[in-house]
Amino acid sequence: MKSSRKLMQGNEACAEGALKAGVKFFAGYPITPSTEIAETLAEKLPRAGGVFIQMEDEIASMAAVIGASLTGVKSMTATSGPGFSLKQENIGFAVMTEIPCVVVNVQRLGPSTGGPTLPAQGDVMQARWGTHGEHAMIALCPASVEEAYYLTIMAFNYSERFRTPVVLLLDETIGHLRESVDLKKYEDTRIINRPVPWEAPGQYLPYKAEGDEPPPMASLGEGYRFHVTGLVHDESGFPVAGNHAAIDRLLTRLSNKIIKRQEEITLYKEFMTENAQYLVIAYGATARSAYGAVELARKEGYRVGLLHMQTLWPFPEKLVRQKTLGKKTVLVPEMNLGQYAREIKKTVADQTQVVTLSQVDGRIFHPSRIVAFLRGEAKYAQVL
Amino acid sequence: MPKSFNVNKYLRKDKMPHIWCPGCGNGMVMSAFLRAVDGLRLDPDRVVVVSGIGCSSRISGYMDFNTLHTTHGRPLAFATGIKLANPSLEVVVITGDGDATAIGGNHFLHSCRRNINITMVIINNNIYGMTGGQYSPLTPKGESASTAPYGNIEPEMDICAVAEAAGATYVARGITYQPVVMEDLILQGIENNGFSLVEVISQCPIYYGRMNKKGDAIDMLKWQKENTVSQKAASNMPPAAVKGKIITGILSTQYRPEFVEEYESIKKVAQGVKYDERRAEM
Ligand SMILES: Cc1ncc(C[n+]2csc(CCOP(=O)(O)OP(=O)(O)O)c2C)c(N)n1
Ligand code: SF4
Repeated sequence: MKSSRKLMQGNEACAEGALKAGVKFFAGYPITPSTEIAETLAEKLPRAGGVFIQMEDEIASMAAVIGASLTGVKSMTATSGPGFSLKQENIGFAVMTEIPCVVVNVQRLGPSTGGPTLPAQGDVMQARWGTHGEHAMIALCPASVEEAYYLTIMAFNYSERFRTPVVLLLDETIGHLRESVDLKKYEDTRIINRPVPWEAPGQYLPYKAEGDEPPPMASLGEGYRFHVTGLVHDESGFPVAGNHAAIDRLLTRLSNKIIKRQEEITLYKEFMTENAQYLVIAYGATARSAYGAVELARKEGYRVGLLHMQTLWPFPEKLVRQKTLGKKTVLVPEMNLGQYAREIKKTVADQTQVVTLSQVDGRIFHPSRIVAFLRGEAKYAQVL
Repeated sequence: MPKSFNVNKYLRKDKMPHIWCPGCGNGMVMSAFLRAVDGLRLDPDRVVVVSGIGCSSRISGYMDFNTLHTTHGRPLAFATGIKLANPSLEVVVITGDGDATAIGGNHFLHSCRRNINITMVIINNNIYGMTGGQYSPLTPKGESASTAPYGNIEPEMDICAVAEAAGATYVARGITYQPVVMEDLILQGIENNGFSLVEVISQCPIYYGRMNKKGDAIDMLKWQKENTVSQKAASNMPPAAVKGKIITGILSTQYRPEFVEEYESIKKVAQGVKYDERRAEM
């Protein structure tokens, strides 16, 4: 029997996950270390009856993706730091107008051109707050090639379910990593499609929501003839500059539809957390190092476990509070200067101590640093 | 123009009154566009109007089509996604001179170059109206603007010449003073299978007019009339006589393959490759 295992790169797995989710439109602009996603889809999308286009820049790519999504097709773009910065205004447009799409950011060392092939996790806060204005965001972060596949599917599922852009944060390590994967087990993964209206065109209000649920979405050309604007709008979709109650309703709902569904969106894994005194919380490439470190440290007798976050945003407050309760110390290794650690500290300061193990030298995080901390030898560990 | 034309049929009347100042040219362009749509008997359900940000870009909210009011400078990029994802839609971009040629200049060049089947109407009032009268790339050199209190030192550009050079297959210029001609130019632009640009010289009496002592809207329209030469007439005039005039009409057409059709043929090639590979694996 032919084995279903394949040697695959993280970026390629992301593209394959998108195809599995039913992506029909990709617009992008080449940038290391994300380009293989575009290259894979340039080849495979037209075969699948979809469209690939290389736009003139990342701003245009983001806009084209939103335009395509409005016609009813699943759409995505992929980039890295400099391009992610350029996309921010239109990501905000997609948030405001509730247009589903997936934005992949294969992180590289920044700021600026930084280190195109150097691993980093410096865009965690940008994923959350990169576009202006009050808003909620969903961001997922794979730690392996297999997860790049699975979380891309989930990114599409969440974007369709909640009518919102979803950020998929890879990093250079995961994007360029090659692993042998068996994707067969994901064959039956549930694929979610956006809610569609059941009303006749005359009765459809494009932004009329039931409570905090995302409103059903009609596609362009189906007879609904609705208006879409990035201006504050009411249920009809038209601007309402002077109606402060409607503005409040809109902004609150845009946040609540995501924040209040935190548990539905939180994906994570646990490793050796039984009777742990120390808890490592890690994500992305750093989580890989943490798995190794926890295993090593357990052998040395340290009671340490790992909470591996696959969903970074919305911040899984309930889960993090629950899992850190009673722990002596929470260790947060990151390839940045404590972006996620500070978020954790904010949430658990009253119940446990949070230590950051940060690194911004363009190298992947070595497991020995976590073990060294437990042994009391660590340099650069900082109690927050 | 059919006598039976009823503008109300295409307007979202409940969105009136519009935000435009008395005398503004935006409404005149909207009317001409609606007449063109009517003349072509387009199904409103299949028409998508995409605009950017500016006074002129508010046009999308008033017309009863599929309408999209996007981000500043980006309507063509949104429209490109729409047209590619659903080629059966009639996609029109209507936007201002600042939106189209300053912040949106890059998208403009590449839409022309691709020759994607989108019609773009640039309402050129020579100024940034919405933000209060700052100079745009189409503000003539020497004119005043709120950010050019001593006169604009930047030369303006001929956006129609740029469009032709970049590969647009239909390029025309109209003026608000001649609504019937404008309607026909837009209509032919929509009919063209490729990227069409219609630049419409319009009036912003409130900022451009006032800051440059051009009088009221009527005076500005009179100025248009006196300073316009049709493409046909201009071709028989000595260059010196044409200098400084607004040349109207269809300025250029060319034949080039249309982008969406090109992509559709690439899809077929790609699907053929898939077939070959399957055979190779057998
Ligand atoms: C990214 C961004 N930059 C600046 C603005 C502010 N802004 C709004 S409209 C506008 C100029 C519009 O001028 P034009 O396109 O000529 O349209 P008009 O108002 O004259 O019709 C500017 C600069 C904005 N909304 N977004
Ligand atoms: S400011 Fe100028 S362009 Fe804007 S609505 Fe008034 S007249 Fe028209």
